[in-house]
Amino acid sequence: MIQLPIYLDNNATTPMDPRVLEAMLPYFNEKFGNAASRNHPFGWAAEEGVDYAREQIGKLINCSEKEIIFTSGATESNNLAIKGVFEMYAAKGNHIITATTEHKAILDTCAHLEKLGAKITYLQVKADGLIDLEELANAITDQTILISIMYGNNEIGVVQPMKEISAIARSKGVLLHTDATQAVGKIQVDVEADGIDLLSFTAHKMYGPKGVGALYVRRKNPRVKVTAQMDGGGHERGMRSGTLNVPGIVGFGKACEIAMQDMEKDAQRLSVMRDRLEKSLLDLEEAYVNGNTAHRLPHVANISFKYVEGEGLMMAMKDLAVSSGSACTSASLEPSYVLKSLGLNDDLAHSSIRFGLGRFTTDEEIDYAIECTKKAVTKLRDMSPLWEMFKEGIDLDSVEWAEH
Amino acid sequence: MAYSEKVIDHYNNPRNVGTLDKAKSNVGTGLVGAPECGDVMRLQIEVDQNNIITDAKFKTFGCGSAIASSSLATEWLKGKSIDQALEIDNMDIVEELALPPVKIHCSVLAEDAIKSAINDYRVKNGMEAIELPKSHH
Repeated sequence: MIQLPIYLDNNATTPMDPRVLEAMLPYFNEKFGNAASRNHPFGWAAEEGVDYAREQIGKLINCSEKEIIFTSGATESNNLAIKGVFEMYAAKGNHIITATTEHKAILDTCAHLEKLGAKITYLQVKADGLIDLEELANAITDQTILISIMYGNNEIGVVQPMKEISAIARSKGVLLHTDATQAVGKIQVDVEADGIDLLSFTAHKMYGPKGVGALYVRRKNPRVKVTAQMDGGGHERGMRSGTLNVPGIVGFGKACEIAMQDMEKDAQRLSVMRDRLEKSLLDLEEAYVNGNTAHRLPHVANISFKYVEGEGLMMAMKDLAVSSGSACTSASLEPSYVLKSLGLNDDLAHSSIRFGLGRFTTDEEIDYAIECTKKAVTKLRDMSPLWEMFKEGIDLDSVEWAEH
Repeated sequence: MAYSEKVIDHYNNPRNVGTLDKAKSNVGTGLVGAPECGDVMRLQIEVDQNNIITDAKFKTFGCGSAIASSSLATEWLKGKSIDQALEIDNMDIVEELALPPVKIHCSVLAEDAIKSAINDYRVKNGMEAIELPKSHH
């Protein structure tokens, strides 16, 4: 028996793996100590839990446990990385390179730094969502201190060529940060092989708890430092003060250990399901996949169904928890800036639905999702004046719309 | 955001979805909004010789509130004279559907669609177009 509604929004957050919850539970009451309490067994037990988690996390991305700085999540990690490098390397320069399809935690942090004198280059992406490596190389100046390019995109799943990006950064002596929130635990991320200097990630996108994330900060070749953005007790080698979220960190560690074991198997299974979903939905007329399909996270499909509006469509798919690139509110009539960056017209961006599969998604759920989406698209098109005009052969671009 | 029960009802059971023959002289058609804004409404009225609206149809590209607003508008239009129909105010729609502030523009669009359909009918039948209020958008 299939349980409704079906959760297909795993890029927003993932359900916690029961094994993670089990690992966390003792740290709420039994081992409740402050990991910074060095002089009694309560503190030692908590510290032990944290140390073990650091190892589990380090193994997943191939770094030393000393290179993990715990934070409250990926947003904080991104803020710490970018603001921290900007302050720490102020003597070297003030130029940062990023891309237009980054998460708001990157874009808004950069915008904030612009007010403080930073110069930011926002690379445009190609129609498939990938950055142009030549443009990246050309954007670097003697003032460039940081390149920040996300690993896998949250909306379209496109995976950037990190090895090539890091080769360019290395050759010019520029630090490389990546927001790997969507990638870690889903595909192999290896800070050594990929040549990454700073990497943001979070537990709740990989079947761990919310409210805990980390910033990887390289310790050698080169040794990277960031200026703390949170002042206090000097935790996390002085880079992030604040009492550690011990249960969260223990859960984060467990989630990484499980990912280590299951990632390859999960990725294989999910990509087969995702491809089946995508192929079935593309049977519908005027349906298009957004983003590069060869360099993509295995569990994401972003599809535009032309002539229907995403938010209205989602309402007809009420048994599916998905998300849309449309934002039909008076506060923001703007559709997804990521999709617009790919060069999509606003109407196609308004028509997009993101399906995010996860470890607990089943084949039956995908069958249901296919049926439900097809029905909803058909229902909405029967109600859509644009669909009717398209079917009559009217070129919608030639219509003079009453813009509002 | 959670939708009100009335919005959900109109969305699930939209009244009067369809198309009237826009070439007929007693049919008025209003097409408002734009695809890039995420909502387009087409509202049509059929009017008898006493200027009473006997039928109304809509098709809408947009969110649930936009669909519900146009569905409700067609319900209200039927049986009204074209002068009475001009009195339908977007805030009546907001109230009836309990639209939240971020969805008020959907009701504005519905009001615009009503007025634009009436104008189309008036002009077709030798009447002067009424002046439309400046767009609220």
